[in-house]
Amino acid sequence: MLQGINLACVRGDRRLFKAVNFTLEAGGLMQVHGPNGSGKTSLLRILCGLSSPALGEINWCGASIRDLKGEYFSNLTYIGHLSGTKDDLTVLENLRISSALAGEHVSEIQARDALMRMGLNGREFLPAKVLSQGQRRRVALARLLVCKTKLWILDEPLAALDVMAVQLIQELLERHLAEKGLVVMTTHQAIDVAAISTVHLRLT
Amino acid sequence: MAINWYKYASPASFYALAGKMIPFFTVLAIGLLATGLYIGFFVAPTDFQQGEAYRIIFIHVPAAWMSMFLYVIMACWAGIGLAFNTRLSSMMATAIAPTGAMFTFLALWTGSLWGKPMWGTWWVWDARLTSELILLFLYIGFMSLQAAIDDPRRADKAGAIIALVGVINIPIIYFSVQWWNTLHQGASVSVTQAPTMASIMLTGMMVMVFASWMYSIAVILKRVRSIILERERHTVWVAELRRKGAL
Amino acid sequence: MLFWIIQRDLLLAIRRRSDVLTTLFFFVIVVSLFPLSVGPEMNLLRTMAPGIVWVAALLASMLSLGRLFSSDYLDGTLEQMLLSPQSLSILVLGKALAHWLVTGVPLVLMAPVLGIQYDLPADALFVLVMSLLLGTPVLSLIGAIGAALTLGLRGGGVLVSLLVLPLYIPVLIFGAGAVEANMAGVSYDAHLSLLGAFLLVSLVLAPWAIAASLRVSME
Repeated sequence: MLQGINLACVRGDRRLFKAVNFTLEAGGLMQVHGPNGSGKTSLLRILCGLSSPALGEINWCGASIRDLKGEYFSNLTYIGHLSGTKDDLTVLENLRISSALAGEHVSEIQARDALMRMGLNGREFLPAKVLSQGQRRRVALARLLVCKTKLWILDEPLAALDVMAVQLIQELLERHLAEKGLVVMTTHQAIDVAAISTVHLRLT
Repeated sequence: MAINWYKYASPASFYALAGKMIPFFTVLAIGLLATGLYIGFFVAPTDFQQGEAYRIIFIHVPAAWMSMFLYVIMACWAGIGLAFNTRLSSMMATAIAPTGAMFTFLALWTGSLWGKPMWGTWWVWDARLTSELILLFLYIGFMSLQAAIDDPRRADKAGAIIALVGVINIPIIYFSVQWWNTLHQGASVSVTQAPTMASIMLTGMMVMVFASWMYSIAVILKRVRSIILERERHTVWVAELRRKGAL
Repeated sequence: MLFWIIQRDLLLAIRRRSDVLTTLFFFVIVVSLFPLSVGPEMNLLRTMAPGIVWVAALLASMLSLGRLFSSDYLDGTLEQMLLSPQSLSILVLGKALAHWLVTGVPLVLMAPVLGIQYDLPADALFVLVMSLLLGTPVLSLIGAIGAALTLGLRGGGVLVSLLVLPLYIPVLIFGAGAVEANMAGVSYDAHLSLLGAFLLVSLVLAPWAIAASLRVSME
């Protein structure tokens, strides 16, 4: 379903990677490994369509994502380094607004339910600026619970999370994969996610 | 005769082609410039209304024309670069900007030199001079935006957008300034409004216009070559040139 | 979608009311500096008033451009906007309109008070408000292009002024021109119609350019 053909990325004078090829089918998990500065985030941003590769093509269901545009975006949830939470909005508003931005209108009950499952109950009406780094991460990840997209692209989803939350995310990923979803993720922490097929992509 | 245009769209082959073209245009530019200046300052008769001061038009008018042409050409190249993602077109746009700004400045400077004997002041808020000044601001905006961006790909595209926005705005700005000027009864004499221009004057001016074109082409090609080398400094063909001692 | 994004930006602006007030007070202070610099001669001030108010509105609107995208850029919301299945042009149109509601409308409302400082007659005050009402949205729309292009650049604030001030000139000419025409006793209809035309053209073209600029800047 998601296919990368001969991808290359250049940043300034440096070639980060070249000739990256992969195919990911429904229910497949791709873990991107590599040291700092090897281009993991760049690769994920390219896969999202945020930036274009120096060379190569990305196909979704056989069509180039450059042609699909909005259609591809409606299948995609990307959670990057920046959590996208607004300091001045409450936790609940943050979740509802970020979901609406992704085209998913979430009722207050659904949103509160998702926040409760992420362990944020009792904090729904706090402004996001008083949250800790890990709690902000949880708010961002709560979007995965309410958005019904097929492809999840997650950049270091486990950063700043405690053991309980890591466990929660692992279960979440496994359920998504079991429902024929696709996951592309980077992580420095060892995580054991059961999937129909797992692709390991190593950047050097 | 089939010319393979695509071949010259690659920076490496264009670099070589431009290298061959520069001497040709340089010689033409020098020749035309010498002829034009000779006609302008020695052959053309003295104007009975404006005296010797009118001779500035041999520099002022070509410079003003070039400043506008070059902005449009720059925007075209930038637009092509943005639409088709052709690197060379964007490099052309970047190379044109300083020459365009130079001609704009020259037009303003000579306009002001002409204004002193004609109007008695160095600067008059005349419609043409004001538009020319705004054009200079547009050039400066384009160049400062490109200079502020480190990543050449982003610089090319961002420059292209501002150049295209500018080119849509130029006619609007021009007509607004014209309207503003007539409302406030500004100076009615304009540099280019010589009532009847002797044909020798016209010839001299046209020669100078061609000289400016040739000069612009030569300088822009030279600058494109530098930009190509800078951007492609890590490629094999540049290393090859360096090894041969061609740099 | 359009209303929804406007609603969100207004909510954020309400949570940070001080930003709105800063722009407004900047406008008031700049306009009040002129009598101090050119002298309190009322006839002189009356003829200069339209130009002064308009230039100050231009500067105030331009200074507030920095906030248009930068906070969304820094916290990652802008990335999510680019990945939204909705049209990015509509989204940025909403943001530009919200920017106008938050910065432009207060300027329009404050302008008559400042006009009184300069002893403008009542009908000139009315024309001033009308011209600002038509002109300030154009400033927000054109300014948003500059803000999007300079996103995350060093010295972005100064750079944005180099980029957008020359493009503001037609709006300035016809905005201030409308008031001057009224004070000179001639019709100002043409000025206002042209400002309206600028508004329509920028409503159609600017969102597209803003969206393209954001994609370039986010690469």
